[in-house]
Amino acid sequence: MTVLLFLAQTLRIAIPYLFAAAGGAIAERAGVVSLTLEGFMLGGAFGAVLGAHYTGSAWLGIAAGVAVGVLLGSIHAGASIRFKADQVVVGVAINLFAVGITRFFLQLAFQSSSNSPRVVGFGASAGGSSAAFLANPLVWLGLAVMPAMAFVINKTRFGLRVRAVGEHPLAAASVGVPVNRVRYAAVIASGALAALGGVYLALDQHQFTDSMTAGRGFIALAAVIFGRWDPLRAGVACLLFAAAETLQIQLQAAQIIPSQFVAMIPYVLTIVAVAGVVGRSTPPAALGKTSE
Amino acid sequence: MNTRTRVLLEESVLPPLVALVVALVAGDLLIMAYGQAPGVVWRALLEGTWGNSYGFGQVLYKATTLACTGLAVAVGLRAGLFNIGAEGQLAAGGFGAGLVGLMLPAGTPALIAVPLCVLAALAAGGAVGSVPGILRARFGAHEVIVTIMLNFIVLALLNYFVSAKLHVPETLHTPEIHAGAVARLSGTFDAFHGSAANWTIVIVLLAAAFVWGFLFRTRAGYELRAVGLQSDAAEYAGIRAGRVWFSAMAMSGALAGLGGINFVLGYKNYYEDGFTGGAGFLGIAVALIGRNNPVGVLLAALFFATLSQGGLAINAMVPKQMVEVLQGIVILAVATAVPEVRRLLRSAMSRRKAAP
Amino acid sequence: MNGAAPAIRLTAIDKYFGAVHANRSASLVVQEREIHALVGENGAGKSTLMKILSGMTPADGGTVEVGGRDVTGWTTAEAIAAGVGMVHQHFMLVPTLTVAENVVLGREPVSAGTFDRARAERDVERLCEQSGLAVPAGRLVADLSVGEAQRVEILKLLYRGARVLLLDEPTAVLSPPEVAELWKVLRRLRDGGATIVLITHKLDEVMAVSEHVTVMRMGETVANMATSDTSPEKIAKAMVGRDVDLAVRQGGGAAKLAGTPGAVALDVRHLVVRGARIEKAVDDVSFSIAPGEILGIAGVEGNGQTELLEAIAGLRGVTSGTITLGGADITHRGVHNRGEAGLSHIPEDRHRRGLILDYTMAENLILGQQHHYTNNGILDRHNIIDHARRRIVEYDIRPTDPSLPARALSGGNQQKIVIARELSRAFTVLLAAQPTRGVDVGAIEFIHAELRKAREEGKAVLLVSAELKEVLTLSDRIAVMYGGRFVAMFPRSDASEEVIGPFMTGAARGQVA
Repeated sequence: MTVLLFLAQTLRIAIPYLFAAAGGAIAERAGVVSLTLEGFMLGGAFGAVLGAHYTGSAWLGIAAGVAVGVLLGSIHAGASIRFKADQVVVGVAINLFAVGITRFFLQLAFQSSSNSPRVVGFGASAGGSSAAFLANPLVWLGLAVMPAMAFVINKTRFGLRVRAVGEHPLAAASVGVPVNRVRYAAVIASGALAALGGVYLALDQHQFTDSMTAGRGFIALAAVIFGRWDPLRAGVACLLFAAAETLQIQLQAAQIIPSQFVAMIPYVLTIVAVAGVVGRSTPPAALGKTSE
Repeated sequence: MNTRTRVLLEESVLPPLVALVVALVAGDLLIMAYGQAPGVVWRALLEGTWGNSYGFGQVLYKATTLACTGLAVAVGLRAGLFNIGAEGQLAAGGFGAGLVGLMLPAGTPALIAVPLCVLAALAAGGAVGSVPGILRARFGAHEVIVTIMLNFIVLALLNYFVSAKLHVPETLHTPEIHAGAVARLSGTFDAFHGSAANWTIVIVLLAAAFVWGFLFRTRAGYELRAVGLQSDAAEYAGIRAGRVWFSAMAMSGALAGLGGINFVLGYKNYYEDGFTGGAGFLGIAVALIGRNNPVGVLLAALFFATLSQGGLAINAMVPKQMVEVLQGIVILAVATAVPEVRRLLRSAMSRRKAAP
Repeated sequence: MNGAAPAIRLTAIDKYFGAVHANRSASLVVQEREIHALVGENGAGKSTLMKILSGMTPADGGTVEVGGRDVTGWTTAEAIAAGVGMVHQHFMLVPTLTVAENVVLGREPVSAGTFDRARAERDVERLCEQSGLAVPAGRLVADLSVGEAQRVEILKLLYRGARVLLLDEPTAVLSPPEVAELWKVLRRLRDGGATIVLITHKLDEVMAVSEHVTVMRMGETVANMATSDTSPEKIAKAMVGRDVDLAVRQGGGAAKLAGTPGAVALDVRHLVVRGARIEKAVDDVSFSIAPGEILGIAGVEGNGQTELLEAIAGLRGVTSGTITLGGADITHRGVHNRGEAGLSHIPEDRHRRGLILDYTMAENLILGQQHHYTNNGILDRHNIIDHARRRIVEYDIRPTDPSLPARALSGGNQQKIVIARELSRAFTVLLAAQPTRGVDVGAIEFIHAELRKAREEGKAVLLVSAELKEVLTLSDRIAVMYGGRFVAMFPRSDASEEVIGPFMTGAARGQVA
């Protein structure tokens, strides 16, 4: 088990988390609950495969995946902001809807209930070589996304307004900030970003499999919460969770810790964080409230 | 219209009605996307569910589990708490019942074995449910996050127990449980032959009646609802919110756990990893459409069970995945309908008042 | 002062809120570079007038001129653009952002696509220097003191070029040294060319910092004078409408305990209670109430009455001091416990505390008492409905169907439910906070009669009301609360509006030990 191999494996696992967590970070900082990351990811994965299949181009696959993410993000935004529906319920609904609609179109387009045919990705074979890995633009994008998000939130005007809207929307409104527009932008961005996580997943494996995200969206949310809604901290959390997974895979033969317990780590850590055992964990003050 | 009628419409009747209408319209679109005629497909769906006794039995079976998770979420919401953890609580309950069933000697009379297993299900589900309750009461930790995380933890834990210790080789389920088995309805009613419907239904109906009585006829229920409706007034009245949150979550978890009996003791007679199949999350939809009222929950459970079983019945015509899509759409529709309907009714009322 | 138009001229302003005539042909003239105090009691109409000036609400009649220009009916956005801004009592600041970020929010300086934080901080620092307001531009708002937070609100207005500043009761949340700081700032701003209108009910402040005073009473402007030409007595007289004799006050301010020794229903000693923004919202208050007595607390809202009652009721923790009910120390007991010990409470906010609007009338009538209507954990519905029916008749609550949700009732009837509930149970001490707020005239009489009846029956009543007339009508003794302390205590015979008024406004000073 070389260090390099360990790092590469960890990064490979972390990329989807990083994308989705970046999306979760911006949306939640703007005050909108992001249980939907899972659904966005799944939608993005399917969109990518659909796009790559019909055009033969991995890049157009990315575009298609992002488009699906934007669409789902718009539904989330519309329901939560315009219609003021309970954001948790909307999250559950969109996740269920994403599972259903991807299965439905999987059947419709590919006549299969479990997986799509192979599509072109960024490397010759699925997973495998590090050359393919390094050639994948999504890998570089994924590594850059958290620092980029940190920059956006802390150093741009939009980021300042997002932070204001997520903490004290009335104060922001009183100085003329278009609160709902800011929220819409943040949520749709989260849709696109989380979808990219799914796009990476699907193109890396060169196919779409039913429910292939397998809870990764929730791990990404756990990373955001554990990282106290700060992009860089959330990014570190993503790497941490990915490293634990890699460790467990490597130790699989040794059977030291059963895989199920390793799988639990992100969730246990998040509960610990939320219970305030590890420092104070305060979400954006206006999280979940769009009634004003 | 007077206030009572308006409130009734606003809260109880319109949202589920909207859900139904939206389901029909969305369903029509999906059916047509697949090149079929909606009328034919809906007819087939009804025939495959309420139109024959096997189908109806399956509907009853599925509705039983959904009623449990629906009641669980409903009780939580009445106390102002969002229990997203019904999936894990359901699994824990099934596991607890299965474990006790396995440990009891094979010849134990049903009269002793079944209640013991039911108690185990309630205890296991309740234990899992009480964790977010305690964390909310002591640390103010938001139960939405805790329950979501706990789902994964519990499911992983149970998966470990089964795959490491308890499973029958080549499968992910436990050995067959003899003590504590709940008989199928087909034993008594020949018409239900082949369907999974079993006497757990009766237990669950009793549970629904209990929940109704608890919420609306007991002091504890009065205090629970007060905390959920207006916690400041509850505090003024000397009610301790922390205690209410704990007991509400424990009860919620226990109700979800009860649902585990349906599969583990009533259908397969073994605990199987993954038997929950999303029933915990659907429970949220059931509670929402049932307006957090036990009677509504039962009806909503029947609605979703019909959709689910119906999907299987029409599988030849339209992929059964359509049902899952419909579920998501219906939940979204009801979630947006409630505030929107309220808003429209209120503005209609004020316009009428303003008119001379 | 040259012949230029005044900075502000409001002429013959009329404003109705429903049937309430909040402003009756009110007027206000403020010259440039002036600190002008707008004074009046609660409900005199000063806040309404300022809301019209700042664009928050349109007038029903009259004209608004700013700098000679007719701006009648303008919006807040137009007002701010024209340089007229209001600092509200409740701050609109984002706690997790810095001072500079809060000040520039909505008009952020941008360079190369990014938020130019350095420039924002520089701009804010420059403003601080110009105005004399000292706030660290890079500090988080959450870490500021209340006085500093208020300065940020002022900076927000200055950043947007405000030349006319309206401050609504700005010293309500400030400590004395912070008040002195604020005066320095206001004077400096005025010297720099700004015009300032100060809404206040505190006469000592008026004398300390203003150049002109306009007095409002019952919606009308009743006086306009230069501060140097007037005195607290003259201002108080204008506020109240009658002659005020300040000399009499000082003598009658001695504290008096109720007659019979040993018969004390409620005793409060050296109570100190924390407020939302103030360390000592209640600052060393002591008093007793005897059975069969009504002690009324007069005072403008926001002087600690709310916190005092919440502390006695058990809804707010106590920093130090004791509360004794019928000889038992209840200082640290829970709400339920205090209820069982004989404490009844009519809360000041019936929608938030007093009622659960979605519960039926019957359910609301047992709120806090539900354990008395329980047998083995089950609610005794027969008894509950019976109780409800009787109270509905006794207290003439309409409509009469006990299964209606409380939401369906008018404000007066909702309050009657609260009163019916709190008076029909077993109690020795009743806390009544704003008992007739938002209640129609007929119901007010009824509620007053009920309170008197409680007194006849030997209960002790602690009454808090912002309506001075109500306090005078009902109380046997009257305490005046100002700045968290009891500054005067009178038996009813010695009390009147003229006597009490100055204590409520801080013009007269005293301390009840």
